[in-house]
Amino acid sequence: MEKKDFKNVFVFAEQREGVIQPVAFELLGKARDLADVLEEKVVAMLLGCGIKDKAQELIEFGADEVIVVDTPELKDFLSEQYSQAVSQIILDRKPHIVLYGATTIGRDLAPRLASRLKTGLTADCTKLEIQPVKDEEKEFCMTRPAFGGNLMATIVCPNNRPQMSTVRPGVMQKMERDASRKGVITEFAPKFDTSKFKVKVVETIKADKEIADIAEAKILVSGGRGVHDKEGFNKLQALADVLDGQVASSRAMVDNGVMPHECQVGQTGKTVRPQLYMACGISGAIQHLAGMEESDFIIAINKDKFAPIFSVADLGIVGDLHKIVPMLTERIKKEMEK
Amino acid sequence: MNIIVCVKQVPDTTEIKIDPVKGTLIRDGVPSIMNPDDKGGLELALRLKDECGAHVTVISMGPPQADVILREAFAMGADRAILLSDRKFAGADTLATSYALSGLCRTLDYDLIIAGRQAIDGDTAQVGPELAEHLDLPQITYVSDAKRLDNGNLLVHKENEDSVQVLEVEGKCLLTVLASAFEPRYMSVSGIMDAYNKEVEVWGADKIDVEEGKLGLAGSPTKVFRSFPKPMKEPGEVHEVTPEEAVELIVNKLKEKHII
Repeated sequence: MEKKDFKNVFVFAEQREGVIQPVAFELLGKARDLADVLEEKVVAMLLGCGIKDKAQELIEFGADEVIVVDTPELKDFLSEQYSQAVSQIILDRKPHIVLYGATTIGRDLAPRLASRLKTGLTADCTKLEIQPVKDEEKEFCMTRPAFGGNLMATIVCPNNRPQMSTVRPGVMQKMERDASRKGVITEFAPKFDTSKFKVKVVETIKADKEIADIAEAKILVSGGRGVHDKEGFNKLQALADVLDGQVASSRAMVDNGVMPHECQVGQTGKTVRPQLYMACGISGAIQHLAGMEESDFIIAINKDKFAPIFSVADLGIVGDLHKIVPMLTERIKKEMEK
Repeated sequence: MNIIVCVKQVPDTTEIKIDPVKGTLIRDGVPSIMNPDDKGGLELALRLKDECGAHVTVISMGPPQADVILREAFAMGADRAILLSDRKFAGADTLATSYALSGLCRTLDYDLIIAGRQAIDGDTAQVGPELAEHLDLPQITYVSDAKRLDNGNLLVHKENEDSVQVLEVEGKCLLTVLASAFEPRYMSVSGIMDAYNKEVEVWGADKIDVEEGKLGLAGSPTKVFRSFPKPMKEPGEVHEVTPEEAVELIVNKLKEKHII
């Protein structure tokens, strides 16, 4: 098999309970850019049970073709079931590039497939581009943070196909939805080897709906070690409430059990890009910065004037958040009443 | 039950600082530690050992200095430690690393393999699932709880963004675990004695079941084309002021940005 036989940019269009996840649309936006440069097509893979009617949505967000696998075996995400289906599509269709969301699903599925297909995979890419690397030769360049976000590394996969990467939700821009876009919907029927299905779902416990997704928030008031405890976070919550925002957390306050994991911003938590990110009592470990520095406007309040958070803050206040935050909350309340 | 735990020695990336002038990494004096998620994995193995009896073998791939974290594993309660160390492994990406580890696992007798979700230096979370595939084992990632049932199966909790899946797995499998779910135990006094009396076995590529061409740089589909320090953002304004003045500054900015 020669490299040139591998064509088109594929996207694994993640869905949960029949809802296509925002990251799928973001990946289609990036796939569209790449495919246009390569003069190839964008193909989305949509797998699940009872999801056929969602395929058109993927076309409207940039896919030229959607390969649909709609079967009861794929009702819940399970590694082996999904790996069998996707690997068969890949072996059959020979994509040039395959993109996955860097979610608990994508980061489970993509490495399993990379190992099955004996190809390269680059995790958590923040930049994907087709670039000349030497002479006239162009490569798919995948750039990602390494060393806990301290360094950026550009990775290439020159000899193996497909070239695969995962991308975090919130990093790429989706296209404007265009209801007039036309595309092809193809059904694919994988042949399952059910003898390998060793894992079964006993129960799925939904996370508390009260905890809204911080990645979707426009305003985040985020706390770190300097907030101390739950009581400290209540002050942040009060400020978030008057701003109609949400509370987020650094890793330290998740590891010590004060805040739930869903609220964690950073390398091992979520990447956020709100209009306003208020970092309160967060020193700004590089892992944390990696998850929030793309925010439109960053305000940091910290006692330590040498805290690294100030290097990314648009407005930095050296001071005691326990005094400032409640005063600020009262003041904004008054401003809003005007 | 025989359990293999995969551990990696990593630089403590939370201790790495950036030179504010040159924008380069300051790596001097950064301590090496057992990767936190892997330590959580070892803790899970030791809990299963406490509950139902198990023989825990800790394996690692790395330079001879990685010996230290394997001794720490002994001190926590591991029974055997093997360090894969050979120049032939150098330059391995996740596929070549997981392949080498699979060659080691194949020479051992095991019922369960536990790895950390991801290492804090690479953050790829790929070695666990890639290893599971090389060994043709079912995998469960993002594990926050695992218990052995009377029928011998494992009941495992997998943490997703929006839910927890309770899964039952039959037969041998590989789990990747979250550090936050398994607070590691302290080293015991007898464990610390063991740590210095027990032998860390150092194995080369010749002792494991692999094809040499698939190891190290040659066996790695991905290559680092270039690496560079992260572009620094222009620093903003920083004020050391009274709380009253701070509130004023923030409110003015929020108005300017039309947030309030």
